[in-house]
Amino acid sequence: LPPRTRTCSDLFLLSSRNDDLKEMLESNKDSLKLDAMKRIIALIAKGKNASELFPAVVKNVASKNIELKKLVYVYLVRYAEEQQDLALLSISTFQRALKDPNQLIRASALRVLSSIRVPIIVPIMMLAIKEAASDMSPYVRKTSAHAIQKLYSLDPDQKEHLIEVIDKLLKDKSTLVAGSVVMAFEEVCPDRIDLIHKNYRKLCNLLVDVEEWGQVVIISMLTRYARTQFTSPWREDGLFDENSETAFYESDEKKTENEDEKKSYMMDPDHRLLLRNTKPLLQSRNTAVVVSVAQLYWHLAPKHEVGVITKSLVRLLRSHREVQYIVLQNIATMSIQRKGMFEPYMKSFYVRSTDATHIKSLKLEILTSLANEANISTILREFQTYVKSQDKEFAAGTIQAIGRCATNISEVTDTCLQGLVLLLSNRDETVVAESVVVIKKLLQTQPTQHSDIIKHMAKLFDNIAVPMARASILWLMGEYCERVPQIAPDVLRKVAKSFTSEEDIVKLQTVNLAAKLYLTNSKQTKLLTQYILNLGKYDQNYDIRDRTRFIRQLIVPNEKSGALGKYARRILLAPKPAPVLESTYKDRDRYQLGTLSHTINTKASGYLELSDWPAVAPDQSVRNVEVIEPVRIHLYLYCPFPLTIQALHQGWPMSTQTFNTSSSEVESDEEKSSSQSSEESDKSSSQSEKSSSESDSEQKKKTTKKPPQKKTVKPTAKDRYHTIMKYTTLSNQPFFRSYLSSLGSRLHGFVPKKCLSRSLCFSLYTHPCPLSCAALLQVSGPAFVPEKSHDLLHRMTGKGLSAQYQFPRQPCLYQPSMVSVQISLTNTSDRPLEQIHIGDRSPTGLNMHCFNTIECLLPEASVTVSLGIDFNDSTQAANFQLCTKEDQFSVSIQPAVGELFLPITMTEQDFRQEQGKLSYSSATITMAAANTTSQPISRQVATVANLGVVPSGQDNIHRFAGKTASTGAVVLVTVELRGESTALITINTEKSVMGPMLLRDLKRALAQA
Amino acid sequence: MIHSLFLINPSGDIFLEKHWKSVVSRSVCDYFLEAKEKALEPEDVPPVIHTPRHYLISIYRDKLFFLSVIQTEVPPLFVIEFLHRVAEMIQDYFGECSETVVKDNMVMVYELLEEMLDNGFPLATESNVLKEMIRPPTILRSVVNTLTGTSNIGDTLPTGQLSTIPWRRAGVKYTNNEAYFDVVEEIDAILDQSGTTVFAEIQGVVGACVKLSGMPDLTLSFMNPRLLDDVSFHPCVRYKRWESERVLSFIPPDGNFTLMTYHVNAQNLVAIPVYVKQSISFFESGSGGRLDVTVGPKQTMGKTVEGVMVTVHLPKTILSVNLTATQGSYTYDNGTKLLVWDIGKLNPQKLPNLRGSLSLQAGAPKPEENPSLNIDLKIQQLAISGLKVNRLDMFGEKYKPFKGVKYITKAGKFQVRT
Repeated sequence: LPPRTRTCSDLFLLSSRNDDLKEMLESNKDSLKLDAMKRIIALIAKGKNASELFPAVVKNVASKNIELKKLVYVYLVRYAEEQQDLALLSISTFQRALKDPNQLIRASALRVLSSIRVPIIVPIMMLAIKEAASDMSPYVRKTSAHAIQKLYSLDPDQKEHLIEVIDKLLKDKSTLVAGSVVMAFEEVCPDRIDLIHKNYRKLCNLLVDVEEWGQVVIISMLTRYARTQFTSPWREDGLFDENSETAFYESDEKKTENEDEKKSYMMDPDHRLLLRNTKPLLQSRNTAVVVSVAQLYWHLAPKHEVGVITKSLVRLLRSHREVQYIVLQNIATMSIQRKGMFEPYMKSFYVRSTDATHIKSLKLEILTSLANEANISTILREFQTYVKSQDKEFAAGTIQAIGRCATNISEVTDTCLQGLVLLLSNRDETVVAESVVVIKKLLQTQPTQHSDIIKHMAKLFDNIAVPMARASILWLMGEYCERVPQIAPDVLRKVAKSFTSEEDIVKLQTVNLAAKLYLTNSKQTKLLTQYILNLGKYDQNYDIRDRTRFIRQLIVPNEKSGALGKYARRILLAPKPAPVLESTYKDRDRYQLGTLSHTINTKASGYLELSDWPAVAPDQSVRNVEVIEPVRIHLYLYCPFPLTIQALHQGWPMSTQTFNTSSSEVESDEEKSSSQSSEESDKSSSQSEKSSSESDSEQKKKTTKKPPQKKTVKPTAKDRYHTIMKYTTLSNQPFFRSYLSSLGSRLHGFVPKKCLSRSLCFSLYTHPCPLSCAALLQVSGPAFVPEKSHDLLHRMTGKGLSAQYQFPRQPCLYQPSMVSVQISLTNTSDRPLEQIHIGDRSPTGLNMHCFNTIECLLPEASVTVSLGIDFNDSTQAANFQLCTKEDQFSVSIQPAVGELFLPITMTEQDFRQEQGKLSYSSATITMAAANTTSQPISRQVATVANLGVVPSGQDNIHRFAGKTASTGAVVLVTVELRGESTALITINTEKSVMGPMLLRDLKRALAQA
Repeated sequence: MIHSLFLINPSGDIFLEKHWKSVVSRSVCDYFLEAKEKALEPEDVPPVIHTPRHYLISIYRDKLFFLSVIQTEVPPLFVIEFLHRVAEMIQDYFGECSETVVKDNMVMVYELLEEMLDNGFPLATESNVLKEMIRPPTILRSVVNTLTGTSNIGDTLPTGQLSTIPWRRAGVKYTNNEAYFDVVEEIDAILDQSGTTVFAEIQGVVGACVKLSGMPDLTLSFMNPRLLDDVSFHPCVRYKRWESERVLSFIPPDGNFTLMTYHVNAQNLVAIPVYVKQSISFFESGSGGRLDVTVGPKQTMGKTVEGVMVTVHLPKTILSVNLTATQGSYTYDNGTKLLVWDIGKLNPQKLPNLRGSLSLQAGAPKPEENPSLNIDLKIQQLAISGLKVNRLDMFGEKYKPFKGVKYITKAGKFQVRT
């Protein structure tokens, strides 16, 4: 119950209880006080008034008991506004707490102080915020960012001072602060875009590591920012935009013009940075983050890249009902503009009988938007089920949707109309009524050949009670009265009888019908019309009286009627344009997606407009950051030794002793800054020299392996190419790889994406050796990696050192022609093994990339290292010696033939073409019963050999493709099922030895379960 | 952002309110209560309501409404997601989320809400962080607290708040170190009358219960990661490792959490573990009808299908049912017209069948549409998509953890149209 409805006796009870609470609060025992406070908080939580206890509570604000203190804080924040004078008593306590050595106490003091909405303390709050903004603890700084908003809402005059604090906090590098300060920025000064420039790149880079809620706020702010700072990426690919199909038909001249424009568009690297750094967040578990990234892509990405958000949005449809509701709304808006995005996922929008009503209608909306010539029959079949739904509101919605499909897709108009006419005999009235309304609209679009439908509807008139449907029928009769000259007067006669009891909307249409009939068929209907007009004249509703008066003057000639009477026919029987059946989401795109305004379809207070792209991009250099502030990151994660890296926070964020192959080359993309950057590179290399002199001997060893330093001041295109080459060779260094994997895995925010040219990133993350692979044969990832490991060295023979090897089936990083082998070494002895390395090998020509010497392997410890071996496309064993400080053990690795391949992807067509060129060997085998379906076959083949699956059009034929590691010869495998359990295996390859060997292995694998 | 929160029970009583800015009168809820009156089912209440001065965003969960009051533009999902976190937090702390539990722990819930938002902006929503600030109740602790006068409130800043690993608390210690992973797959499907699949897909969740000391760094790899079409991760998962190597590499939160959810493409054929033969028909005369449903195993990969349950929302005009089940038992609630047939284990030799007559209310017309059947089922030790965990490796700590993986397949939104 709300407090004011409490009765007197209740009030008495309450106050007496409060007395007892007061006593408890004034006692000496903390436990009693705590008990009292708990009861008070429970009262507050229930919404009861406990303000009269304020004096008693506020005394305890300085209590030593933390729990008690916290509860007092909660109380204070709730009632301080009402008891301002008393609240001031507590301020000194907070001021003292602001200096406490414990950061939690400092933060909570600021939190409470800033939550006390008492105008007198504004100066104290301001001071506290300023101090907290430069606190050592990021947690306190975060709290100060929150306090900014509170102070601003208490006293907007402090804006200028607060902006200073925001500016300061925006420069903060802690991920903890970023989200909160951007929130404050959005509330206090969302128009001060200039504060963002210098922090833009930092925010983009920190984004992944900011907590989820901060991510949402930052992404939405950056969306607005990008729309003011970059030029539109959309012009360039108008061809991808389905809605501007005209682009296809434009004359060639225009096209070339377009192409010129296309070439002139270069996406700002900062624009790209934002898109790239937000994309991983599509995988977030937080639905708000996913949708905010989706809206960012929708508003900022080139049209052909927007597709990446589809999957994630569809995934959210599995989430809670409320999430579905919002996501579906956004999809509804998107699907109007870009059908193609969601069409492949059409089935995800099928309605279930258990869906909530608003979810159902949204899904219907989307299905209707997605309908096109190709899928309309499927959609209509689906709609047929919905029409039968027990939820009649939904059934009615479906009928409207059918109507929309019918008008949008002319091929199915007739089919839809027939279907709707069938529905007219439905038992449910809502369904019939809705059908009538929709049929009316459809007939209007093509009235010519449907007089029988109109007749049918006239017959229905007696049985339909829904006003809207009755009105629709009357309107149809009037509009097409010349097509049904016999029936229309009869309908008028019937409705005249019941005129007084009809709804207003029906009455209006009756008057209209009467007037139209009077004009076309006055002989039969004159009396009826007059009767109706007389009834209408005294109707209770003024609209109807008004209409009646108007019609009478218009159609019944008398001396008073003016010139208009002559045009009565032209006025009433004018051809009317057909209604356009449109989606209600058509104009929602004026709001930024994902916002509250978009959901409620009105501008919510505080909504910030998304500006249009500027025609000319503002100065890009404003985002350059001059100050070089090195950030040290210690990487212990996967490196065999700690690696210190200095990431420079500037436009050119990376410079390390590993990377000092002159940073200026790549940056020369921005030619303006080339001179400046050469300075920077000088600085950075001097810094790296310093740090390399500090590095220990172990690191020096690595340093010697590095490519020589290079200093180019005026870089050329060729030089740039060399740099890329160098980075690629660099990627062969094991420590570089481990650096990258660890960096990539944890510190995504700091990955120096800018310095790694795109092709390099590509090469590092997907294809280790893109420069040497034939571009035609795309190496894909392994379909399956067997975990089977083979003994290399038994612990008994290895004197405590045991080694096992395994084929990870990853393309080799060292050289493309090598097969990568993983060796796990374990020390089973009770003393450390030192200097484990690889010694002599045979055959002597064996090309092998050894692992770096393991200095020490402690007892019980194990380590995994990787090797690259060029087996030269033969199964001949690679023999080598595994050495420790004291011993040498001869070991050998004998690969199965299947491990010498790398899987490749190709289309079925390419597969056939290649097949024709190669010689083959084949065999017919009897398959094990378990292996007769596609999955087990793929699995068995993938187990035997590292081949990629080629999509196949036929169910009984399975294709696999790969190439040999050393020479890159293509190997194609076809498994064709013939009858119950026999299969024909064909292998096409030019390698006359490997073919039969592979065939033998496959036969064995497929024949046994 | 979020101004106030009200918890409302299904009969419309407000039993908890919390304001993060100045107090908003609880009369704003009237707009919501009005909308609730209008809706037939609690689920049908629109999640976003626009009132003259405020915007009300609500969720319905565990038979409770969580209603938040908003005054300015904010992404609605931001609020919705947060409200669900509140519900999850209550569930996490007290074992269930219900009106009684909230009323019994009013003060603690209030304190938690205080910690979760500051001035309407989320401050600490990670369970690990919250639990360090406000310790969850246990019987032992409440006894100790009353005896010694210590409190449930932590007095130092949770380490998670400061590190780049906000989801894990520091100084975790267990005597038995164990990590369990549950791969739970749900089949969402719509089958039509003839048993043909109209739509089917698999939604999977990898849940984890990790009780490991220190700062373990785990790597979980799958035998066939390429099956996964779309994934979403707990923030602890390193996205780049997944991108490049298709392994899950993460420093886990302590305790229970959802590691990832995934989606297996509808393009791959989804195995449907059961088939349903049904015929529901009503007589033209309108006096009644017949129902005959048989359930049998289809593609079960050699496992037993358990926990089979068929739920039917019968038309409103049904008066009574008279059915016999050859296996299991059925219940029929005449108020909600809900027929539930609990079958249990499927025996392929003897297929369970439910048949009998339905009678309609006198004078009621023959129902237009046959009701659809919702199927529940469970298959232990099987992930229907074929996904398999390959191995779990731990780095960063010396001890050997005990590891386990469990697979389970369930029916999600599994509907048979009739």
